[in-house]
Amino acid sequence: MSATPMVNDHHTHHFDGSKNVFGFWIYIMTDCILFATLFAVYAVLHSHTYGGPHGKELFSLPFVLTETMILLTSSFSYGLAMLARNTGNKNIVIGWLWLTFFLGLSFISMEIYEFHAMYVEGNTWATSAFLSSFFTLVSTHGLHVSMGLIWMLTLIYQINKHGITAVTKTKLTCLGLFWHFLDIVWIFVFSVVYLMGAI
Amino acid sequence: MLETFIGKLSNPHEVFPYLYEPVSQQLIILSMFIFIIIGGVALVGGLTYFKKWGYLWREWIITVDHKRIAVMYFVVAFIMLFRGFVDAAMMRTQQALASGDSTGYLIPQHFDQIFTAHGVIMIFFVAMPLMFALFNIAVPLQIGARDVAFPFLNSLSFWLFVVGVVLANMSLLIGDFAHAGWLAYPPFSELAYSPSVGTDYYIWAVQISGLGSLLSGINFFVTIVKMRCPGMTLMKMPIFTWTVFFSCILIMASFPVLTVDLALLALDRYMDMHFFTTSYGGDQMMYVNLIWMWGHPEVYILVLPAFGIYSEIVATFSKKPLFGYTTMVWASGVITILSFLVWLHHFFTMGSGADVNAFFGIMTMIISIPTGVKLFNWIFTMYRGRITFTSPMYWMMGFFATFTIGGMTGVMLSVPGIDFQAHNSTFLVAHFHNVIIGGVVFGYFAGFTYWFPKMFGFRLNERLGKCAFWCWIIGFFVAFMPLYILGGMGMTRRLYHYDAATGFQPFLIVAAIGAAIIAVGVVFQVLQLIVSIKNRHKEGYRDVTGDPWNGRTLEWATSSPPAFYNFAHDPEVNCIDAFWYDKQKGLDVDNKPKIRTEPYHDIHMPKDTAMGFIISVFVLILGFAMVWHIWWLAIVGVICTIGSVIARACNYDIDYYVKASTVEAIETKHQQEIAGAKL
Repeated sequence: MSATPMVNDHHTHHFDGSKNVFGFWIYIMTDCILFATLFAVYAVLHSHTYGGPHGKELFSLPFVLTETMILLTSSFSYGLAMLARNTGNKNIVIGWLWLTFFLGLSFISMEIYEFHAMYVEGNTWATSAFLSSFFTLVSTHGLHVSMGLIWMLTLIYQINKHGITAVTKTKLTCLGLFWHFLDIVWIFVFSVVYLMGAI
Repeated sequence: MLETFIGKLSNPHEVFPYLYEPVSQQLIILSMFIFIIIGGVALVGGLTYFKKWGYLWREWIITVDHKRIAVMYFVVAFIMLFRGFVDAAMMRTQQALASGDSTGYLIPQHFDQIFTAHGVIMIFFVAMPLMFALFNIAVPLQIGARDVAFPFLNSLSFWLFVVGVVLANMSLLIGDFAHAGWLAYPPFSELAYSPSVGTDYYIWAVQISGLGSLLSGINFFVTIVKMRCPGMTLMKMPIFTWTVFFSCILIMASFPVLTVDLALLALDRYMDMHFFTTSYGGDQMMYVNLIWMWGHPEVYILVLPAFGIYSEIVATFSKKPLFGYTTMVWASGVITILSFLVWLHHFFTMGSGADVNAFFGIMTMIISIPTGVKLFNWIFTMYRGRITFTSPMYWMMGFFATFTIGGMTGVMLSVPGIDFQAHNSTFLVAHFHNVIIGGVVFGYFAGFTYWFPKMFGFRLNERLGKCAFWCWIIGFFVAFMPLYILGGMGMTRRLYHYDAATGFQPFLIVAAIGAAIIAVGVVFQVLQLIVSIKNRHKEGYRDVTGDPWNGRTLEWATSSPPAFYNFAHDPEVNCIDAFWYDKQKGLDVDNKPKIRTEPYHDIHMPKDTAMGFIISVFVLILGFAMVWHIWWLAIVGVICTIGSVIARACNYDIDYYVKASTVEAIETKHQQEIAGAKL
């Protein structure tokens, strides 16, 4: 039991982001289980239409494909923000973050438009168990994206104030993990809900 | 109009249901009110009279120190244990009385709320917080860390748990509580059959405290993976830390399922969705599947750390290394995996067919193998050890007997054919109390007694502890053995009233006597605390060395209670029980490792923060508003919650350095105390 160089690390490394990134990974895994449960619920209930419409009658694939491409592009632009992070130029980082933000916002707007269109046609979450599970699964993803957007705004503010530091770098990494994770979840939503539903 | 502003609070039938009940019930509720008011006035008055509000705020409410958070978990959990126990006593009394012409002293809707509240409180607000208290007090010290990985998150987890407690108990004063059983099975818990706010209280209380549990699970997992002291490889970790590690894996994998399941029930109730309704294509058995996909792992979330505590205790008090450390680790790992493959045994009667039932029956039986391994390991650790029969050892040996019986009845129930007969009977009730009281509760009491000196620097009275133990174990068998017999006689659980010809009453009277004996045990525990606190400076209680039991693991290598930074120097280990071997080398007669000569360093620590408390207050407002359908207030709650989270995220001033001179002053004082005690 002696003083080791490890002790001195506490002085030199003021901020150790590895715990945060690892912890955030673990959080994402729990979120993954949350989505997995919702997918399982959808898988059970997708045929329980109770005389209401099936997915085939409701989904417009070109519309959802556009949504998908917008979200995928936002993931790409976030990747560019991360590349710029390594060069340390905060204005370029913030620029890519704004682009990512508006792409995300477009995605959410299109989702709300889709939901609204279904609602006014009388196909609501109260119509059948199928539609309950559809609205819940898709909007849980949408809610996550919205939270990501709020987070992105606060991060833009923080980077603007503090610059690219060890702390903001870690936060960028965490938001990046979150954003790409939501992209992957959306791929499953697109495949399982929309593509398989439209068949 | 009024409803827009105050939601369901505008309806007196909802807010004060007891005003419309018989006088006998009103008297019961009145006495409860008086009890709560006297308690509340005493608490607030005491804090004001002794001018302790500032102390309470600075030292406790805003703390991020894991040792203090542990103490707060213990306090709230013990208060809730009292409440849950009162519920149990009321149920036992009702069932002992309600035979034939008598309908007992409760009305059915109260009886239903009481058994629901009993289950919810005992699992979510007693067992879980006791478990997190033990995580908090032991894990960072055992692995030689300064704190948990995310101290602020730890504080937030605690306060979210408190929000759950407040919401569940608020239902005593305004509105009612759920009456659909502790897991709120639909369709009974749906709006059509449970229109009152009770189920909403249940949903929000469990949901919010469950979020706290999930965050704690992540926190301790990261702590164990990333913050072990130099030299402590995985297979050199103390066994309690290993069981916490597996328990955290179970929390992280199962709590999201609970979150989703309760959220879907809430959507059914609030947004007219149809996940579990009887019409529109809802599927009630999906709720039951999902809730047990969380619920069965939950049993192991609770019992694995208890197994860890027994392992620490048996090694310490037998003065031997734990027998079969490696098999113990692997047995815990196997239980972790298997616990996800048995959930269907909670509802064999669903009708999923012989093949499915056979699979789950066999998996359930297989779980008894690693558990058996553990039991033999403990017995072999005791074999030829120099055993000290302290009260933690009493709890442990009580556990051997009780848990083995509970395990055997569990294997009986795992046979689907038997389960079809015993399902939903008091045989089942006896079985799970057998494993939860015998396994979890005894384990946590043992852990509380074992680590109590670490928290406060003095020991608990042993004699009173042993009296409490004997009352608990005798009371337990008197209370629950009759339930096994009654289950065999065909008595269903949650029975409000029965025909005299059934012959249930004598057994239920015996069971009520058993509960009374346990109550005497609880009185002994309260006495034990009072007597020990009163005598804390006396010989036989006070412990200045920090190592009262001649312990084996790192938590005993520092002072009691430890300084807020835990260790002045980072410990370094090279084997299991390194602290024990350091002592064996005879470096210091005081059981302390060598006197240090190295200089002290500045120590990096997190700052205390009120944000965990503040965020939780907003979450409480949100939960309350949702329960009572006050939509504007719910929106305010959401906005304030998000706002305060952002405020926390934008605050970069969250840590500081403790000066080496401060550390030196604290350590020197401690050394002088030890020297003074020796003289």
